Amino acid sequence: MPQAKQPDDGDGVQIDLVSGARMDGLTSMEKIRLILDGVHDGNIVILEEGLSPDEESKLIEVTMAEISPDEFNGIEIETYPRSDTRDSSFLGRLVGGDSSNAKLTAIGPANQIETLHKDETLISALVSRN
Amino acid sequence: MGLLKGLKDSISRATDRLFSDEEPKRIGIYGPPNAGKTTLANRIARDWTGDAVGTESHIPHETRRARRKENVEIERNGKTVTIDIVDTPGVTTKVDYEEFTDEMEKDDAVRRSREATEGVAEAMHWLREDVDGVIYVLDSAEDPITQVNTMLIGIIESRDLPVLIFANKIDLDDSSIKRIEDAFPQHQTVPLSAKEGDNMDEVYDNIAEYFG
Ligand SMILES: Nc1nc2c(ncn2[C@@H]2O[C@H](COP(=O)(O)OP(=O)(O)OP(=O)(O)O)[C@@H](O)[C@H]2O)c(=O)[nH]1
Ligand SMILES: [Mg+2]
Repeated sequence: MPQAKQPDDGDGVQIDLVSGARMDGLTSMEKIRLILDGVHDGNIVILEEGLSPDEESKLIEVTMAEISPDEFNGIEIETYPRSDTRDSSFLGRLVGGDSSNAKLTAIGPANQIETLHKDETLISALVSRN
Repeated sequence: MGLLKGLKDSISRATDRLFSDEEPKRIGIYGPPNAGKTTLANRIARDWTGDAVGTESHIPHETRRARRKENVEIERNGKTVTIDIVDTPGVTTKVDYEEFTDEMEKDDAVRRSREATEGVAEAMHWLREDVDGVIYVLDSAEDPITQVNTMLIGIIESRDLPVLIFANKIDLDDSSIKRIEDAFPQHQTVPLSAKEGDNMDEVYDNIAEYFG
């Protein structure tokens, strides 16, 4: 999967970009595993096409099971309507893709993700910094 | 013909009632932590059965197991609607025990957060398998547009469950019903104060209409 990587100097953020095509071949549980494995590694996982409501519900359930004091506090999720991000924005160009109206979804670890909050320009700032 | 149709309608109404009497609809009370779900569940249960469902607290994640109150009979306009109410733990995507360490010892805070995570997982499971309708409770003094609320409403809609949005805590100065109506225009919003008991008539009218 494409990754915007930075040298491992400890204070950067790794972004895992997961294309819709990649997700299409996975089962719900595989998708959730892919997301949570990335998040456990401290990465921000960006899904080009988001999750179905059922998968979102299971993601919450599995996240809850994996929360552990002092180790993992859970996740932060933000979704962005494609119409807002497509074409014009950095992320839109980055993930490219067709004009589906699926929502772009970013998921990260709860304790590190204050920066993910609110708007998509912040994520792009985060990516471009690397 | 009119007569036949009338007869058919009343027979189907009678059988509907027969079956719904045997199997009351299970109504899940969902929403973020601290919205007032248990306060509402207790008020409904006290108004119609005389006893309470669970404990209320200003500390989030007070409810950590889904709790059911069965056969709550609500009377509206001469009709009786029987429901089971399920008070669920506030749904979230994160739990940090350090949020509770001001209020309690670390051991208790860690236990509270572990129970909370189990409770949220259980509540999500109930939502996929075991509820027939949802009352989604929001604190109307807070911004309703959060990721959890949007996601949960989306999950509820995808299951085609009937849902009412309850704009709770209208007794607070910062309360805004409009903010909630604007956030979820596709659903009926009912304002109330579960704590003060304000607007409960409209609450019961809506429950009877939506879930009866
Ligand atoms: N002002 C005001 N406070 C309320 C109202 N309803 C509930 N509260 C208060 O809000 C706090 C949380 O209430 P609960 O009923 O425990 O909330 P909950 O949604 O069950 O919370 P969790 O079980 O932790 O998810 C308590 O301090 C209640 O007294 C209301 O209508 N008005
Ligand atoms: Mg509660």
